Amino acid sequence: MGSAARDDIEFRSVTKAYGAVTAVRNISLNVPKGAFLALLGPSGCGKTTCLRMIGGFEQPTSGEVLIAGSGMNGVPPYRRPVNMVFQHYALFPHFNVEQNVAYGLRQMRPRIPAQEIKRRVGEALEMVRLGGFANRRIHEMSGGQQQRVALARALVNRPSVLLLDEPLAALDKKLRSAMQIELQTLQRELGITFVLVTHDQEEALSMADLVCVMSGGAIKQLGAPQDVYDRPADLFVADFVGKTNHIQATLEADGRTLRLPDGSALDVGAERNIGAGETTLAIRPEAIRLTPGGEPRGEGFAGTVTHRIFLGSSVEYSVSVPALGDFLVTADRSTDEGQLVEPGQSVRLGFDPAAAHLFPASHAAQPEGNTHGQQT
Amino acid sequence: MRALVFAVYLFLYTPIALVVLFSFNSGRNASELVGFSTQWYGRALSNPFLMEALQTSLIIAFTSAGLAAVFGTMAAIGLERVGPRVRAIFDGLFAAAIVVPGVVIGIATLVALAELFSFVNPMLASVWPGTNVPKLSLGYGSIIAAHGLFSMALVTMIVKARIASLGRDIVEASGDLYASPLTTFREIVLPQIRPSIVAGFLLAFTFSFDDFIIAFFVAGSKTTLPIYVFASIRRGVTPEINAVATMVLVASLVLIVIARILMREKKIAS
Repeated sequence: MGSAARDDIEFRSVTKAYGAVTAVRNISLNVPKGAFLALLGPSGCGKTTCLRMIGGFEQPTSGEVLIAGSGMNGVPPYRRPVNMVFQHYALFPHFNVEQNVAYGLRQMRPRIPAQEIKRRVGEALEMVRLGGFANRRIHEMSGGQQQRVALARALVNRPSVLLLDEPLAALDKKLRSAMQIELQTLQRELGITFVLVTHDQEEALSMADLVCVMSGGAIKQLGAPQDVYDRPADLFVADFVGKTNHIQATLEADGRTLRLPDGSALDVGAERNIGAGETTLAIRPEAIRLTPGGEPRGEGFAGTVTHRIFLGSSVEYSVSVPALGDFLVTADRSTDEGQLVEPGQSVRLGFDPAAAHLFPASHAAQPEGNTHGQQT
Repeated sequence: MRALVFAVYLFLYTPIALVVLFSFNSGRNASELVGFSTQWYGRALSNPFLMEALQTSLIIAFTSAGLAAVFGTMAAIGLERVGPRVRAIFDGLFAAAIVVPGVVIGIATLVALAELFSFVNPMLASVWPGTNVPKLSLGYGSIIAAHGLFSMALVTMIVKARIASLGRDIVEASGDLYASPLTTFREIVLPQIRPSIVAGFLLAFTFSFDDFIIAFFVAGSKTTLPIYVFASIRRGVTPEINAVATMVLVASLVLIVIARILMREKKIAS
């Protein structure tokens, strides 16, 4: 095992190709000990392949994966100090809960005494709050309980790294948020490095302390959840993590004046260092102020509300702005004075230019066909 | 339409029902029912020739089904790990083995064995140290081989279907939990596919036990139960044969029903 100073997981120029298809392209990544890393991206972005290379189910085509400082090329899964929680739990149907959890301990050499195994399995089941379920059959357990058995089965072995492959995808929404909190608490208590694969940006942002956004087999951005959300590295990240509105515009030579498609100019506050020319302005829905009543010559853009989605604590409006397209605006209920704007009503949209992100238009690689890039 | 279906089933099952019915006939004549009796069962079970044929059949069925279960399972597991093209070829070959008519398998096996014997026996004679030279010939071995090969295709198909439904992830999970591939097979894969192996064994057993055509070609001087029944029928249908047929029918049905249950139950459990 590595010393505390070392990274628990390290990718050194790792590439994985399946025949002509390259799933992972020259990735280098360091995950410090005790981190909770989320590999986030759309399906086919290579996140699962990365996880499976850590687990040992795939071998890199080139480059090397290190776990706790040791090179893992050619090391089979059963000789790696990692354990995995599989997407569909992969519990052994012919074993009961206790036998499932004890499986890893029973394989360890030198052998662990039966009493010790029993004690540790009991502790692990207590930890995931399944104390009285030791003798249950797997098919008698609900999805959430099976999820916790899978978690106990992995954690009982005290691995250096716990891998989680979309572990919450099969759970309903309420159970999912409960498990998110549980996982986060467990991770903090145990201090084990967690690597979570998910396509759900909310899950990644809420649980992880390190988010790695991937696309097309490459890392687009690696950072703390707030950084990734507030300072997306490119348009793809801005679209994939949270929702985003786009305005296609031209940045003038001064680096701070945007020429909008309707001919007006917008001062973005400070000089942006991206070079003049075709530019995409990205702005979060919650950064836009929506004011009812649209005098044609006021501050911001005049538009018409086309749809309203009431979400309880907030309201989402779709607003059509001539020459600029559709905007998604999230209004916080605590500041709208209880007044909802009706579809068809004229409104004005305004935002603080400092909250807008500018990306060169060449970054136009974005998730297919949406301007409000949210996925769940 | 309904009448037609009815007629088809009538045509299919009436002869079988008659065999069962006449096996309990107390009269000697197979053409008239006289009264109820189980005497023919007693007669059949005390017929030494019949019992010898039964024993031969049981030995062949057990051995060939056992071999088929072992090798069929190995083939099924092996086929999981080859590329899709190779697998498609083997799937086709196994399916073909099942649909090839028994007569063809019988003749082909006979010809192949005859060729093999005429090739091996002289060689054996030339290298054997003593005077008591063993000579390969038709008999137990040839029937077991012919039945075993055919049943192996059967077992492979059944076990392969089960392995396919098993899913890769529990095998990976076992590996992830420090189990070597051998341990994974013993602790995870085998318990999951065991019912399908048993089902395959039972079907193979029934097939071998009932088979007349292939056995007839390669039996040599051995007499299996179906061959005995066939031979006795040439001397006229006796109620004794009806009793034998009924017993074989019941035994086969029981085995097949067990096999079906084993194959079905696993689908639910997974």
